Amino acid sequence: MSSAVRKTSTLVQSARMISENICELVLVYPAGERPEEAVPGQFVMIYPNDGAHMLGRPISVCGYDPLAGALRLVFRTAGAGTKELAALQPGEHVDVLGLLGNGYPMEELRTRKSEGAKIALIGGGIGIPPMLELARQLPGCHAVLGYRTNDLFLYGEFEEYAVTAAATEDGSAGTKGTVLDVLKQDKAPDLICACGPLPMLRAIKQYAEENGAAAFLSLEERMACGVGVCLGCVCTTTHKDEHSQVHRARVCTEGPVFRAEDVAI
Amino acid sequence: MTMKQNVDLRVKIAGVELKNPVMPASGTFGSGLEYAQMMDLSRLGAIVTKGVSNVPWAGNDVPRVTEVAAGMLNAIGLQNPGVDVFIRRDLAFLKQIDTKVIVNVCGKSEEDYLEVVERLSDEDRVDLLEINVSCPNVKEGAIAFGQNPDSLFHITQEIKKKAKQPVIMKLTPNVTSIAQTARAAEAGGADAISLINTITGMKIDVERQRFVLANRTGGLSGPAIRPVAVRMVYEAAQAVSIPIIGMGGIGSAEDALEFILAGASAVAVGAMNFHDPLTMLHVIDGLEDYCRRHGIERISELTGAVHA
Ligand SMILES: Cc1cc2nc3c(=O)[nH]c(=O)nc-3n(C[C@H](O)[C@H](O)[C@H](O)COP(=O)(O)OP(=O)(O)OC[C@H]3O[C@@H](n4cnc5c(N)ncnc54)[C@H](O)[C@@H]3O)c2cc1C
Ligand SMILES: Cc1cc2nc3c(=O)[nH]c(=O)nc-3n(C[C@H](O)[C@H](O)[C@H](O)COP(=O)(O)O)c2cc1C
Ligand code: FES
Repeated sequence: MSSAVRKTSTLVQSARMISENICELVLVYPAGERPEEAVPGQFVMIYPNDGAHMLGRPISVCGYDPLAGALRLVFRTAGAGTKELAALQPGEHVDVLGLLGNGYPMEELRTRKSEGAKIALIGGGIGIPPMLELARQLPGCHAVLGYRTNDLFLYGEFEEYAVTAAATEDGSAGTKGTVLDVLKQDKAPDLICACGPLPMLRAIKQYAEENGAAAFLSLEERMACGVGVCLGCVCTTTHKDEHSQVHRARVCTEGPVFRAEDVAI
Repeated sequence: MTMKQNVDLRVKIAGVELKNPVMPASGTFGSGLEYAQMMDLSRLGAIVTKGVSNVPWAGNDVPRVTEVAAGMLNAIGLQNPGVDVFIRRDLAFLKQIDTKVIVNVCGKSEEDYLEVVERLSDEDRVDLLEINVSCPNVKEGAIAFGQNPDSLFHITQEIKKKAKQPVIMKLTPNVTSIAQTARAAEAGGADAISLINTITGMKIDVERQRFVLANRTGGLSGPAIRPVAVRMVYEAAQAVSIPIIGMGGIGSAEDALEFILAGASAVAVGAMNFHDPLTMLHVIDGLEDYCRRHGIERISELTGAVHA
């Protein structure tokens, strides 16, 4: 990871709804506290200003500009915390901890890419935003995005970096069905990076195994600390790891991105 | 220019001198490793570790944590890598940090506790032991020892026979009379007590009509429990003469002072570390500031200063 992690008061540069229930925030770290870089798949804990909400909300990096120290977050207004965050106005401040966690293994991905591997970036629902930074840092991949309806948020931006296709549950745009239905229309990728709901990740894991593809999955779990001390956010691993000794890895610290074969989901 | 008046923040717990009365609450700070890059750990009065058992524990299923109004519920289930790895990795790390080390010990049976206590007895990096007989999140042992005054008395006695370091018994608030359990710990030979552990709670997801936590119940902590904790520290302080480490929702120096004035010699910060990892440093600075404003030379003078 880059520079030291600390809780920082960031400036809200812009705040807008980009779709129904989907908010985009651009936050600027103060000079001197700007992370040098963001690894796609990393996240921040962002703290609602209302003190009754004690815990940070984990939100993935959707984009990061190191020069400006500008962090872009795109999130669904799910409950009270994210609703409060969506009401932030430009010029206000909000506390952020991070960048946190281990993102996608960029060196390995770049090497595989230069060797000619077909790489698919899969995002389902609110798992779409984190894949955008990956698409930007690893141009020339295939992106498959799963939506509910033809409200295709961020789709146009993916097209700048990746060969992009959509699946919609209601068939109102792209392929009717799931991201798997899109994948199955073409030659299987050699490597898959995926973020999305658990049933989608399970299906991707199985698909990758059946097709001999490598897969990296970005997991979600409820978090308290975000930095590896509370053991709230664990997932079950297929082998004993050094930290826990008991088939448990911390999504916030060892993850959120895992090799598919390393986790039991 | 006037010289800044020096404030003495040192406190003594069971003969062990802490440079100040502020430490993390067990389970909210790991062994400090993860926070080392964010703060100077040697500024803390002590580091209190996550619960350590004789063998590795896998803990409960997820979800293990959730937020509630001004607090959180946790049902980690005392996941830990076991005492061997703890000594090899965590204690080795703590050797480099200039502060006192309090190891929190958990178990399912009396033998489990005694095994850990014995394994730690030759480790000179361990300054104090804190015995968790109050975790609401594991099925066997743990809280049962802490809820019944007779078994608390008994296990305290057995641990005291084996322990080389002074023993702090950590008490549960899930009892009818905290004075009674505090007295049982003191009678069993405890050198100090710490309280409160979490209060058993539950959260239900109304949309999905099911429990939020996989364990169904979880321990409530954070600012929501502070008034309960302050009251219990006060009652315990009236009942015993051994030192008390107070905790429950502390997030500022003012919060910490409530506990100290109610009878605590030292305080621990738990869930609020998750809100801001630097909470403890703010508390330490705030305590010094308060003493200066009130012309208090030694923070220890304030312990139990408020009473009927
Ligand atoms: C590593 C990671 C990255 C994430 N990235 C994104 C993202 O880029 N965009 C996005 O829209 N969402 C993302 N999420 C999910 C997001 O964290 C939750 O939607 C959010 O925490 C809900 O908070 P709330 O206050 O609105 O909901 P409430 O239900 O009121 O929250 C109550 C508590 O539960 C937690 N919680 C509730 N739902 C989730 C969930 N699905 N995952 C984790 N914790 C939850 C909250 O953090 C809070 O502590 C991510 C989750 C993780 C773990
Ligand atoms: C995530 C979490 C893990 C905890 N783990 C332990 C533990 O291992 N041993 C223990 O004695 N207490 C444990 N506790 C209880 C705390 O040490 C403390 O007694 C309690 O949370 C009240 O303080 P707080 O309100 O400041 O958090 C844990 C609490 C939390 C929130
Ligand atoms: S959120 Fe605390 S360990 Fe991951």
